[in-house]
Amino acid sequence: MAKSALRKWLVGGPPLAYLLFFFAAPLLIMVVASFRGPGDFGGLAPLLSHDESGTQLNLTTEAYERFFSDFLYTGLFLKSFGYAALATLLCLAAGYPLALLVARSPRKYRDILVLLVILPFWSNFLIRVYAWMMLLGPQSFVSTALNGLLGLAGLEPVSLLYTPTAVVVTLVYVHLPFMVLPLYANLEKHDPALLDAAQDLGAGAWQRFWRVTFPLSLPGVYAGAALVFIPAVGIFAIPDLLGGTSGIMIGNVIKQQFLDTRDWPFGAALSLMLMLSALALAALAARFGRGALR
Amino acid sequence: MPLLELRGVTRRFGDFVAVDNVSLSIEQGEFFTLLGPSGCGKTTLLRMIAGFDAPDGGTILFDGRDLLGVPPEKRNLHTVFQSYALFPHMSVAQNIAFPLRMAGAAADAIRQRTAAALEQVRLAGLGARFPAELSGGQRQRVAVARALINRPRLLLLDEPLAALDAKLRESMQAELIGLQREVGVTFVYVTHDQSEALALSHRIAVMNRGRVEQLGAPAAIYAFPRNRFVADFIGECNLLPAELRAMAAGDIQLEVRGVGEVHATHGEQLAAGARGVLALRPEQVQISSGRLPEDSRNAFGGTVEQLLYRGDVTVYTIALAGGARIQALLPNSGGGRAASFAVGASIQVGWRADAGHFLPD
Repeated sequence: MAKSALRKWLVGGPPLAYLLFFFAAPLLIMVVASFRGPGDFGGLAPLLSHDESGTQLNLTTEAYERFFSDFLYTGLFLKSFGYAALATLLCLAAGYPLALLVARSPRKYRDILVLLVILPFWSNFLIRVYAWMMLLGPQSFVSTALNGLLGLAGLEPVSLLYTPTAVVVTLVYVHLPFMVLPLYANLEKHDPALLDAAQDLGAGAWQRFWRVTFPLSLPGVYAGAALVFIPAVGIFAIPDLLGGTSGIMIGNVIKQQFLDTRDWPFGAALSLMLMLSALALAALAARFGRGALR
Repeated sequence: MPLLELRGVTRRFGDFVAVDNVSLSIEQGEFFTLLGPSGCGKTTLLRMIAGFDAPDGGTILFDGRDLLGVPPEKRNLHTVFQSYALFPHMSVAQNIAFPLRMAGAAADAIRQRTAAALEQVRLAGLGARFPAELSGGQRQRVAVARALINRPRLLLLDEPLAALDAKLRESMQAELIGLQREVGVTFVYVTHDQSEALALSHRIAVMNRGRVEQLGAPAAIYAFPRNRFVADFIGECNLLPAELRAMAAGDIQLEVRGVGEVHATHGEQLAAGARGVLALRPEQVQISSGRLPEDSRNAFGGTVEQLLYRGDVTVYTIALAGGARIQALLPNSGGGRAASFAVGASIQVGWRADAGHFLPD
C-alpha cells in the first residue's frame, strides 16, 4: 500500500510540482498584483508602507473600478469575443468538411492527409502571420485582383491590411488545424454501420448527416471550438501586426499595460477578467452541450 | 408473383466471384434463410438486396419491379444489422421512431406506433433508455422493432443472433418465429448456423462459394442433401468414399471403402462405376450387442472405439471390421441403454437401406 502510494507520487509529483510552480503560483501573483496600486514609475507600488500610524497593507480595487467604470474595456472585451467567435464559426465551417473528408478517405491516405493538415506548424507562427501581411498588403495580388474587380464594378478600392477582416482571416488560418484535429479524431471513430442503418431506414444524405453524423460529432465540435476560441480571444500578435487601429483586441491592451504603460495592476486585472469570462463561457457551453447531446 | 426474385445475380470483387449467378424466388410471407459458411456470398447477396451494393450481372426484382438504381432509402424493405447499428445518441423510443420520422409521419402517430412497437417486443417502459443501457437481447429486440415499425414488405436479417449467448439465442429464435407469424412480413435471414436455419426457416438456400448448392425445406435438405458439401455442412454426417456397383429401382448397391457392400438410395439414374460418397446420418445408425432389427439391410461387425456422453444423446465412434470409422448417435431415453456399450466392446451396427444416400462426385 505504502509502496504504491510512493510510486504514485514519484510519477505524478514532478509534473504536479511543475504546474504549481509555473502555473498556480504565477496565477496567484497575478491575483494579488491586480489588487495592488501602480508604482510611481510603473510596475507595482509597495505592498507594505510605513508611516507614523504604523505599517499598512496597500490593497485596492482601483483597477477593477476602472475596468467597470469605462465601457471602453467592456466594449473591447465584447469585440474580442466577437472576433474569436466569428473565427471559431469560420473554422468550424471550413474545418468540418475537411475533417469529414479525411475521416472518410481510404485508411492508407488518412495519415498523410492529417500530416498535411498540421504541416503549417512546421514554420514559425510569426512567419506565417508576416506571410499574411504580404498576402493582404496593398501591392499583393489578392489586393490588386480584388480592387481590380471592384473598379470594374465602379466601386471604391478597399485596403485589406490593418482591418478587422485581416485579423479574422488570419485567426482562422492559424487556428484551423486545432479545429480539424479533434473533429477528425471524433469522426474517424464513427461506426459506418450507423449510416447504413439510417439509409436503410429511409434517411437521405442530408438527414443522415444532420441526424447521425453531426450529433455524434458534437464532442469533437466542442473540443475544436474550445481549442480555437480560447487562444483566439486573448491573442495579441495577430491584431498587433495585421489589425491596425480598428482591429485591436483585448490582448493588445493587456500587452500595452505591461510593456508600454507599465500599469501592472490594471494589466493583471484585465488578464484575470479575460480568464474568468472565457472560463464562464466554457462552463456555459459545456452545460449547454451536455444537454444537447442527450 | 414472388415478392423478391433474383435472376442470375452475380457480383465480383476483382478476380473473386462473391456471388455467382444466383437465381431465387421468395414468396410473400415466407421465412427464407441464406445459409452458408463465412465468405460464401450470403452477406454480399443481402447487401445487394438492401441496395448497399449493386450486382455486376443479373436482376433483382422486388414486387415485379427492377431494383437497379433504387437507393436503399427508397426501397420498401429494412435490414436488421449484425451489430444492430442502434443510434447511440438516441433513446430506444427515438431509435424505433426513426423510420417514421424519416417518412414524415405525424407526431401523434409516431407516439402511438412507437408505444405499440415497444409493447410488441416486450420493451414497454424502456423507451427512455439509451442503447448502451440495454442488454444484448434487448438491443436485438429494439433493432427488430425499429426495422418493422413502418411495415416494410420485406425484412432482411444479417446474423441477428450471432452476438447473443446460446441460451438467449434459443429463446430469441422462438420469439422471431412468433413475430414473423404475427406481422406477416417476409423475412430473408442470413446465418452460418445450420441449427438456427433448420429451426427458423420455411425454406433454406444453402450457399457455398457464391452459388446456391441446394434449395428446399429444412427437413428435405437435412434428409436428402444433394451433395457432399450440403451433407457435411448441415448437421453431422458420416461421409464414406464409395463406388456404385449396381442400380435397380431406387435401390443401389455400393462398394464402400473399409465397410463392404452397402445398400442405399439415389433418386437419379446412374451408370455403374460412378464414384462418390455414402452419406449416413449418425442417428440412423443402430447398435446392438446381439441381433439387429429386421429392417437393417446393412449389418457389419465392429468395436466401440470412443464414446461422447452429451446428456441427451451419446455419440459412439465405431471401428468397423473393414477398417472404416463411423459415428452413431443414440438417444439416452431408453433407461441407460445407450451407456451400456463400453469402449472396446464388440458390437453389431446396422442401418436401413433408405438411411444412406449416394452422392456422386
